[in-house]
Amino acid sequence: MAKVKGDIVIDIEKCKGCELCIAACPQDSLELSRKLNSKGYQYMVKIEDNCTGCTNCALVCPEGIIKVYRQTTKKKEPVATISNLTGDITVTVNS
Amino acid sequence: MSEKTLVNEEQHFEEMIAEESICTTDNLVYEKPDTLLDTPMHYCPGCGHGVAHRLIAEVIDELGIQEDTIGVAPVGCSVFAYNYLNIDMTEAAHGRASAVATAIKRVLPDKYVFSYQGDGDLAAIGTAETIHTCNRGENLLIIFINNGIYGMTGGQMAPTTLPGMKSTTSPFGRDVATMGNPLKITELVAQLPGVYYCTRTAVNNAGNVRRAKKAIQKGFEYQKLNKGLSFVEIVSNCPSNWKMTPLASNKWMEENMFAFYPLGDLKVPNDKEK
Repeated sequence: MAKVKGDIVIDIEKCKGCELCIAACPQDSLELSRKLNSKGYQYMVKIEDNCTGCTNCALVCPEGIIKVYRQTTKKKEPVATISNLTGDITVTVNS
Repeated sequence: MSEKTLVNEEQHFEEMIAEESICTTDNLVYEKPDTLLDTPMHYCPGCGHGVAHRLIAEVIDELGIQEDTIGVAPVGCSVFAYNYLNIDMTEAAHGRASAVATAIKRVLPDKYVFSYQGDGDLAAIGTAETIHTCNRGENLLIIFINNGIYGMTGGQMAPTTLPGMKSTTSPFGRDVATMGNPLKITELVAQLPGVYYCTRTAVNNAGNVRRAKKAIQKGFEYQKLNKGLSFVEIVSNCPSNWKMTPLASNKWMEENMFAFYPLGDLKVPNDKEK
């Protein structure tokens, strides 16, 4: 079974470094940074590339600053490619 | 570093993201709800209030009732709740949020009204208002954040403080003989006939967050059906005044608070009777 690939984006300027997401992450892919943000808090960084996009970290985040992405298994294949002077346009159809 | 190199670096970074990242709008599975504003919250790191605010915002977004919802903020740590939620909100005197919510609901019966109260607000100074609002069976949603301590004023003993728990006004631990027993206000209001739905949840881990969201959603849905009062207690932590780290406070909450305040539904409507 293909592994689900996910990714997160953290708004580090709003992070307060409470470490709740570290405990919530089943993949152990989060860690506190060594640097500080402008408020003087250590912030969360993703250190491993094994995120599955389970949204646990975003659910427990008190600040609501984590965006979670998960790659969909269905890939949309292009049905047509139109070329013109400014660039190529790829057309896909949502099923 | 000159401005030009900065711009070049930014461009390079954006290109790098565009090439490799899966962070596209198609793949987005979770982000902050629109009703929750971008304002940075004043809560301490690890506080459960932030999660509770976000859950309310998520439910409002999913039900599509942002324009029709009126909230009542309490006195306590969540006194600035109106700064974070993009809905109509008002501020009530200490403990009187449920009375103010009653008035709003009676004047505007088509709107969704909820009050958001802490334990010092709801269970101490506002006990009378809370009990009578619940007994009248007003068509409201009361969200009760129970962290067992007065957070805003610096960690004094609250009615919900556990026996033996230290606070600034009970430095040797709460002595039941002199200071009385903790008040289980949720069990109390669950006995009242006006209360339609009464539950206790927590926001310490992802599973409990999902359950808490469902409870809040049920509260708004029952309000739509004019069923009566919904009472949702959220057992929360207070890392600053418990003098613990956020993780340690969550663990302490699981070991001690959940033993005294067991999670689960206290009063569920019987779906068969209509």
